[in-house]
Amino acid sequence: MHPFPRLTMRRALPGLLALLALAGAALADGGDRAARLPLLPKYQQECAACHIAYPPGMLPAASWQRTMSNLQRHYGTDASLDPATAQELTTWLAANAGTYKRVSGQPPEDRISRSAWFIRKHDEVAAATWKLPAVKSAANCSACHTQSDQGDFNERNIRIPR
Amino acid sequence: MNQSTITRCVAALLLGGAVLATGAQAVAPAEILAGYSAQAGAPPSPARGQQLFNTRHGGEWSCASCHGAAPTQAGKHASTGKAIGALAPAFNAERFTDLARTDKWFRRNCNDVMGRECTYAEKADVLSWLLALKP
Repeated sequence: MHPFPRLTMRRALPGLLALLALAGAALADGGDRAARLPLLPKYQQECAACHIAYPPGMLPAASWQRTMSNLQRHYGTDASLDPATAQELTTWLAANAGTYKRVSGQPPEDRISRSAWFIRKHDEVAAATWKLPAVKSAANCSACHTQSDQGDFNERNIRIPR
Repeated sequence: MNQSTITRCVAALLLGGAVLATGAQAVAPAEILAGYSAQAGAPPSPARGQQLFNTRHGGEWSCASCHGAAPTQAGKHASTGKAIGALAPAFNAERFTDLARTDKWFRRNCNDVMGRECTYAEKADVLSWLLALKP
């Protein structure tokens, strides 16, 4: 006897395909869901005044802790906060750190843009594109990731300026 | 206590909590200016404020590097490129309505531009100039 009778296979096939599609969507979306963590309002208020609210999952906890303990010299600017606010944000960042894709090691200078996964994912972006006035810096996610301020880095929403 | 009284009490408590949670009481920019002037012990000078705002003080940036020479329009963060809303209160009603927030940004930005905190007199000068900018 055939282990998979024809009739059974035909019945099972749509279900199998649906399952595969679901699994694919889940994989493709794996990082995005982590990035779309609802943001602490205070994080949004304090940190997204100068740059987008970077998803906490994109850095490991140790990197966030170092960043938060050095706000007075924050990538060339003074981003100092009162101690209570700094503590509240540090706790929340550490609790939600490191969930995005393959965030494992601490990147140089605790920069998301120097993480191995970040460099790999952006290897198709031309050097000239990074230098465009509308881009200027790898820290400027929203120059291309149009929904990044919502934590959405889906490829569908990428528009590279010319 | 009947049901509606309880509901009202709960609503009042929640509202009170919300007010406490948002913290700062809204103040008028003129009140903040009056406070800085009083601390400085001298009347502010809008002309001096404009000068301070548009000058580099030995560093890479002036205030205008991010806020624009005419802070009646949106500016752009000099390093990240993020849009910064107009700074002059007549063009942006949110500005200078929260003393803690105002102090925080003066502290950070004076440190970035001048390498030190601004004096009360300097803050009063800048704010008096910003308040003089009208549509």
